Amino acid sequence: MEELTEKLKKEIIEALNLEETNASDIDTDAPLFMEGLGLDSIDALELIVLLEKKYGLKIHAAKEGKKVLYSVKTMAEYIRKNNKG
Amino acid sequence: MSDKVFVTGIGIISAIGNDVSEVLKSIYLKKSGLGFSSYIDTIYKNEIPVAEVKLSNSELIEKISNHSSQLYTRTALLGLIAAKEAIKNAQIENISEARTGLISATSVGGMDRSEIFFKDFLADSRKGRLRNIIGHDCGDNTTKIADYFGISNYVTTVSTACSSSANSIMMGARLIKNNILDRVIVGGVDSLTAFTLNGFNSLMILDRQPCRPFDETRNGLNLGEGAGFLVIESERLLEKRNKKIYCEVKGYGNACDAYHQTASSPDGTGAKLAMTKALKVAQLSPADISYINAHGTGTPNNDLSEGKAIEDIFQESAPYFSSTKSFTGHTLGASGAIEAVLSILAMDNKLILPNLNFTTPMKELRIVPVIDLIENAEIKNILSNSFGFGGNNTSLIFSKC
Amino acid sequence: MKENLIIKDFCKIRNNQIFRNGILLFHDETLANPALFLKSAYKYFNLSYPKFFKMDNLSKLGFLATEILLKDKIKENLLIPGETGIVISNSASSLDTDRAFYETISDNSNFFPSPAVFVYTLPNIMIGEICIRHKITGENAFFVSEKFDAEFLYNYVSDLFKLNKISQCIAGWVDLLGDNYDAVQYFIEKGKNETNENVIFEPENISRIYIK
Repeated sequence: MEELTEKLKKEIIEALNLEETNASDIDTDAPLFMEGLGLDSIDALELIVLLEKKYGLKIHAAKEGKKVLYSVKTMAEYIRKNNKG
Repeated sequence: MSDKVFVTGIGIISAIGNDVSEVLKSIYLKKSGLGFSSYIDTIYKNEIPVAEVKLSNSELIEKISNHSSQLYTRTALLGLIAAKEAIKNAQIENISEARTGLISATSVGGMDRSEIFFKDFLADSRKGRLRNIIGHDCGDNTTKIADYFGISNYVTTVSTACSSSANSIMMGARLIKNNILDRVIVGGVDSLTAFTLNGFNSLMILDRQPCRPFDETRNGLNLGEGAGFLVIESERLLEKRNKKIYCEVKGYGNACDAYHQTASSPDGTGAKLAMTKALKVAQLSPADISYINAHGTGTPNNDLSEGKAIEDIFQESAPYFSSTKSFTGHTLGASGAIEAVLSILAMDNKLILPNLNFTTPMKELRIVPVIDLIENAEIKNILSNSFGFGGNNTSLIFSKC
Repeated sequence: MKENLIIKDFCKIRNNQIFRNGILLFHDETLANPALFLKSAYKYFNLSYPKFFKMDNLSKLGFLATEILLKDKIKENLLIPGETGIVISNSASSLDTDRAFYETISDNSNFFPSPAVFVYTLPNIMIGEICIRHKITGENAFFVSEKFDAEFLYNYVSDLFKLNKISQCIAGWVDLLGDNYDAVQYFIEKGKNETNENVIFEPENISRIYIK
């Protein structure tokens, strides 16, 4: 699980152009939106693309996305649960 | 004292009609132009409703009957057809009899053809027909129209997303008021492209159903295409010309929402500023407005933002309002002008235009849009809103003479 | 004394050099592509605005030019955001980003339209970014023309002031396509032409500053 969260953090930084952030700056359990990294709605959409691109998982509705994208931890759990490889 | 600015001609081509009379007929029949695409090559052909002009490129070319239009982009074809109708409607016999300008607007330009070129070119850089990209620039449709009619005093193109052609109208009015031009053909055009469809889809703001502006269950917008043009002239020129006048371009206002690249502020700051400025220029109070043609895209975000702004400004005297995007779809760069034409048609025919597909009021708003086509309505002043990505918000006011 | 429009400040970003009011503030000719140069300038000027990195190259260029243009105004609280207008033009529109977006949808086997890129496929989003940063809510417009047109800029901006729509204006040319870019921005205010320091906002001066 730890390996996956570290990998995810790096992928998030790349996908969202978070140039001034290191993986060590991102708290696995902290909310990604509002507080925490302070990401916005376009970032959320890019994370949805990331899940599809890197993990083959498709999110169809905004509500579903909100739950899955809450934190790096929830994203990793979602990937583990639905892992298509 | 600066001249008043009057509308003397209107032209339109959209999903609900290929000219003014067809469009008016669709309004009376409450017939929407939404449906699945027939002409564009996209994986979403049978999935995402759009508002397409019901003519293929060959049919559009036939309408223009000009041999070089074989190479024109769909954008240029639509623009030329609508501009032609407006100029004919204004009964202009000699375009050079007065200082005449042209301001068009677009967001996609010739992308409809460029994306065909690029696909081939990316696969093999020796492939791809260059003729498909010569019309790419935003200014291409404008130049084609200017050349066709011999307009040379002033020609330019505005590109500010969904407020583009509303800004064309505003700018044209100012050029007349400043005595730089006597007459301006103003408007805009956009055609459907896979580029835009995919882009909006990636933002998850497209509805898989026909859009429902200002409805509690609304879930996004439907893209549309088309063109709208007005001929606007100065009071002084019309003293000599003696032509029927549709209405006066009485007010206009532009402001930046300064909130997000593509979303509107929750309290409708930009919308409020634009509407307030337009009222100020027109020297009217909110109670003077008979009908608002809202931007009303059907996205959860816009309709809440715009709805709140309308409530704030109009308080207890909110007039009839509706979004006509459930008729025409969201025509992006052309929307300001297309909706200006619809507003002017409404005023001219004493109609209040209905907001189709509305059933459930939004819980955050007191006001609800008008759902019936109301005839024999006394319409003095119409406010038309166009709010674009980048927070570029414009409001126009048309007044009965 | 008659009130004129004055070019209070101007900024130029060209050939990997950044000038403000004619003085070279930063340069790095070793960086071949605009993205790297703009990032280097961002770090040099300590801009501290992480959203910068989400912008496309065109918006980064326009944003950077404005940051430098407004340096003193912001420090001394002289910007009036509710009365500031923004008028920008260019020739490539958002073509640089249009291409980038198209590449995310051109291959059916690797089809991932990018929302973050799509958002920038309109040239006026650049103005939006500047407005968001400084809370500027005045009138804003974006024009596309073949080349820089000093006469047009003069007419359009003067008109805005004449109608009392704005009391300050950020105007200019911000163009970028591939490795080629060019940005010149002017900060315009009302003023009196008493001293030699005040450059009058008129086509000849606008051109002169642009060309030099």
